[in-house]
Amino acid sequence: MLRLLPRVPIGSPLQLLLLACSFALAAYAGVRLLADDWLGVALWFVGVALLHDLVLLPLYAIADRAAVRGLGAVRRRVGAPPTPSRQWGRVPYVRVPAALSGLLLLVWFPLISGMVERRYRFGTGLPADVFLARWLLITAVLFGGSALLLALRLLRLRRAAKHRPPVVH
Amino acid sequence: MGRAPFRGVVPAYRRNMRDLDAPRLPSSPGFWRSPLRGPWFTSVLGLVLLVGITVLFVTGLVSYAAYNPDLSPVNDKTPGKGILGFYLFAWPTDPHWLYRLNQGVHVTLGITLIPVLLAKLWSVVPRLFALPPARSLAHALERISLLLLVGGALFQFVTGVLNVQLDYVFPGSFYPLHFYGAWVFFAAFAVHVLLRLPAALRNLRHLREERSDLVSPRPAEPTVSRRGALWFVGGGSLLLLATTVGQNFDGPLRRTALLAPHGGGDPGSGPNGFQINKTAAYAGIDAAETGEDAWRLVVTGRTGTVRLRRDELLRLPLYSAALPIACVEGWSTSDQWWRGVRLRDLAALVGYDDDPPDVFVESLQRSGAFRKAALRANQVADPRSLLALYVNGEELSPDHGHPARIIVPAAPGVLNTKWVARMTFGDL
Repeated sequence: MLRLLPRVPIGSPLQLLLLACSFALAAYAGVRLLADDWLGVALWFVGVALLHDLVLLPLYAIADRAAVRGLGAVRRRVGAPPTPSRQWGRVPYVRVPAALSGLLLLVWFPLISGMVERRYRFGTGLPADVFLARWLLITAVLFGGSALLLALRLLRLRRAAKHRPPVVH
Repeated sequence: MGRAPFRGVVPAYRRNMRDLDAPRLPSSPGFWRSPLRGPWFTSVLGLVLLVGITVLFVTGLVSYAAYNPDLSPVNDKTPGKGILGFYLFAWPTDPHWLYRLNQGVHVTLGITLIPVLLAKLWSVVPRLFALPPARSLAHALERISLLLLVGGALFQFVTGVLNVQLDYVFPGSFYPLHFYGAWVFFAAFAVHVLLRLPAALRNLRHLREERSDLVSPRPAEPTVSRRGALWFVGGGSLLLLATTVGQNFDGPLRRTALLAPHGGGDPGSGPNGFQINKTAAYAGIDAAETGEDAWRLVVTGRTGTVRLRRDELLRLPLYSAALPIACVEGWSTSDQWWRGVRLRDLAALVGYDDDPPDVFVESLQRSGAFRKAALRANQVADPRSLLALYVNGEELSPDHGHPARIIVPAAPGVLNTKWVARMTFGDL
């Protein structure tokens, strides 16, 4: 009978022991974690992983790819030199401020969106309607600073091109 | 080349030609095309997280101990903890900034690590879809363990980030969720470190790119170098740090914490203007109960019960202490100058002259997790532990606990009970 079963490779016994040890501890804490509202907690535990892997990550990856393609198309149309070392020259100037602004929104979404406004204002005695404005200001500074850096860089490149001797080699 | 920006021409990349053999499914290695992914990138992020998460775990356990959960059921939000409370100890009162530092590090570092965590998860996402699902029994179990690792990490970060913003949408009380969640996560984290750390260190030592399933077989044209990507992740961390850390200091530094819940500015001005955890209105404190005529402090102990009006309290010897308010949510104030009656003098009033015992403190507050709290004998005995009546030279404001509040060095904010109504001295 046993011979009919496909052989299942076991893998490293040390690894198995460590994993068994880890599962035992996780189960000990896990039954306590799930003690009150097991379904809700399990949904959250698995849900945050799924939301991240199947929603957030694909979303920002697609957005980033679209932005890179868009900028690439603009660059080609303007006819900037496609030197490999400079090929990502202008992409970061949009990508970095957009991603940083998105990161702040992601982390502070409850405050920025105002969804906890009442509890926050009532509890802490602090104004709750300031976070959206602050986030927008930070976003403006990030994009503005990036635009300034890009402008300076373009200016430098243009100057360098002007001063370069016309004869090559 | 691990360390250098991605080099060389990418043969598989055809810019204007449709890739007819392009893999459509994320389970195929060619689906993932970023040239950034590789063992070096993942290893650098992994080592940063190893150090960072270890600090988070330790400061988290220390923070848990600071509540003295083994002292009294009112302090214990996790009565079923069993052996997970094996390390608990009597929380000290020295140095007086201990909890402030610990909790500031825990929350601020946690927020700062978010970009690193996101980048690490991004760098290994192809493995989530890798086929076959398992090459061996050990590999199958490791993949299950990774669900606990990733789910656990995200669960801990999400509950923490939501809790500091008072967004209590998670299923249950924060304390048990974050505490037991930490242990589930730590179980998976520890085994992950044991299994992967040797390879991660090898990846960093050997500068050549090892063959790895993380390296895309048909990489796209690079749009950033690996170093550039790391700088970008670090920049994200720096931005979060810069807009958060200021909520642990009064004055101009607090104004720099633009997006942190207790950053930006203080709720008021003057001696009582500093940060408030819960206002009197939020706690449901009725001004009629705290008035000169209505309020009595009820102190019970070995020799019976004493009822004190506020003016009677003021006739007891008053002492000063400069102590901060430090909240579990990772914000704190600088030292405030409190003035009031020593807790050990109150203990002496009810028969504990030289041996101050534990004390059970009850607030006028009608609801709330810590409206009743217990302090340990060492906290009662500290000469800086006060039933404060004044702060910064002025009477306490209603929001800071008028007519009287507890202030104990190094104790978590919620154990510094406001609107104190009753104190019962005796071994708990």
